Amino acid sequence: MQHLVVFLILFPLISALFLLLPPCGKNVAIRRISACCLSLITLAISLIVLCQVIAQGPISYAIGNWQAPFGIVLLADQLAVILTSLTAFLTCCCVLYSCAGDDNKGNFFHPLVQFLMMGVNGAFLTGDIFNLFVFFEVLLIASYALLMHAGDKQNTRAALHYVVINLIGSAIFLIALGTLYGVVGSLNMVDMANKISQLTGDDVYIAKIGGSLLLIVFALKAALLPLHLWLPNTYSTAMPVIAALFAIMTKVGIYSLLRVYNLLFAENSGQLAAMGQNVIWIAALATIVVGAIGVLASQNMRKLVSNLVLVSVGTLAALVSLQQVNATAAAIYYLVHSTLVCAALFLLVDLIARQRGKVADRITTGRAINQPFILGFGFFIAALSVIGMPPLSGFVGKIWILKTTYEHQAYQSFWPVYLTASLILLIAITRAGSIVFWQNKNSPTDKADVNNAKAVHPAQLVATYALVLASPLMVIFAKPLTKFCQDAAMQLHNIQLLTQTVGGLS
Amino acid sequence: MELLYSICVGVLVACGIFLILRARSFPIVLGLTMLSYAVNLFLFASGRLWINKAAILSNSTEYADPLPQALVLTAIVIGFAMTAFAVILAIRARADLGNDYVNSQEQPALKTGKRN
Repeated sequence: MQHLVVFLILFPLISALFLLLPPCGKNVAIRRISACCLSLITLAISLIVLCQVIAQGPISYAIGNWQAPFGIVLLADQLAVILTSLTAFLTCCCVLYSCAGDDNKGNFFHPLVQFLMMGVNGAFLTGDIFNLFVFFEVLLIASYALLMHAGDKQNTRAALHYVVINLIGSAIFLIALGTLYGVVGSLNMVDMANKISQLTGDDVYIAKIGGSLLLIVFALKAALLPLHLWLPNTYSTAMPVIAALFAIMTKVGIYSLLRVYNLLFAENSGQLAAMGQNVIWIAALATIVVGAIGVLASQNMRKLVSNLVLVSVGTLAALVSLQQVNATAAAIYYLVHSTLVCAALFLLVDLIARQRGKVADRITTGRAINQPFILGFGFFIAALSVIGMPPLSGFVGKIWILKTTYEHQAYQSFWPVYLTASLILLIAITRAGSIVFWQNKNSPTDKADVNNAKAVHPAQLVATYALVLASPLMVIFAKPLTKFCQDAAMQLHNIQLLTQTVGGLS
Repeated sequence: MELLYSICVGVLVACGIFLILRARSFPIVLGLTMLSYAVNLFLFASGRLWINKAAILSNSTEYADPLPQALVLTAIVIGFAMTAFAVILAIRARADLGNDYVNSQEQPALKTGKRN
């Protein structure tokens, strides 16, 4: 049982290789069934580890039994395992959705998804900042290939931008790591946190440069304001099921910010305390503004959802920059909610686009949808949730966010921006929804077309509704979840506990 | 030696950034390669530069910091794979888009150029 933590990374790797081997490589049906089963097993492992972490506190796993700080350590605290469970659940839904036919439009869909899951899980679990880089690269190379899956010209250009930007990001990441290692002499995050607080003299400035470079990299991955331009294009040209899967990837950037800024540059890290706080705060507010404007300006539904991702990133980054336990707890709840809802919206928009013929997902008058009630209901719930209207999970998240910002005296700048953005979201999404569902051209030929349009495949329906219904469930179980998020946040901020867990640190 | 080393890294970074800003896919690939060389050299230097200390060998009492060497090795492997991917993608973009501009727009023809 103690080795389960490493299986969260190893198992997706093994399943990816398994899916490449002959019985699965040749036969579509076998490949689909085994891909679904293997993703479910990863989810199960993740949930078991989650139970272990709740029962025993954070687990540290020294790979090859080499002790920290020189060995590589996996650190599974509550936040990390919540996020791996979220990843596994999202992957299950996307894999199921793709089984309706999307996976056959290009090569190696299922193995690549597993590799992506391996990278994301690794990034969440690692306690070593260099391995964070390595797992970033693993998830990025899988995402590059997935982005090109079933691609056309538009797609190639977006992929080229995405790849080049991320390669530059990787170079900056390595320079940041080199700088920090040169000063601190360690790469284990907990160890670095303890050593950074003791820095004096010129070393402080060098560490500050390293930290700022790290901030740039994570802002790039999370798509914070000046570095967000790649996101709307990339997400709206990728295949919708892949865009839904990518909903977790901006969250990897946010997670890294959360982890690094609450460990390395936390309150008690001497002269480097709260470094970059103001920069992240301003960038976060600007991201919310730009995201909201983007939502309002979107000509089609996929762009609209991509811009919604931006708004959620801005909100999360604002909470991260507060560096308080309450704010982190709210961020964790909002992170889970926004990942699930944005993924659900990507899938719903795809289903809607398939039934509207040539108009596809453009927000204009077009022919009627074949199954308006099933899709309309899903869209209604997901849209209400993402805007933050009561009674869905977005509302709980929003109230919590407003409350924490009020407690920490940050409301004067945050409330107007955030509430205005919510209003804009409400207007834009209502407009989009009413045009798409209600304003139909019902000429006779269109009516014939409507009847010819394919009904939603059951696998797609199940996958989409699994994501959509997560939002009401997060409200029904809001009380235990709130407690749970607070525990996770407490663990994240408790450096003494993490130092004890990792052990072997001087 | 430190001065020479840092100038070397600096020049590589400058060239890399210049080439990346050309906004055409093949110069970008070259620029990324240069940038990754610079990064590798920089990482290697993060364990301090030693003249008379070797890597860890069986009985050596004096050795250089082994961790940056491990990091550089990993970074080289990853950088190499990523560059290979970027090359392939650049070729595909050239084939799909018909030119190698990253934004896929021909630059406006010069006014003095040929008409018709």
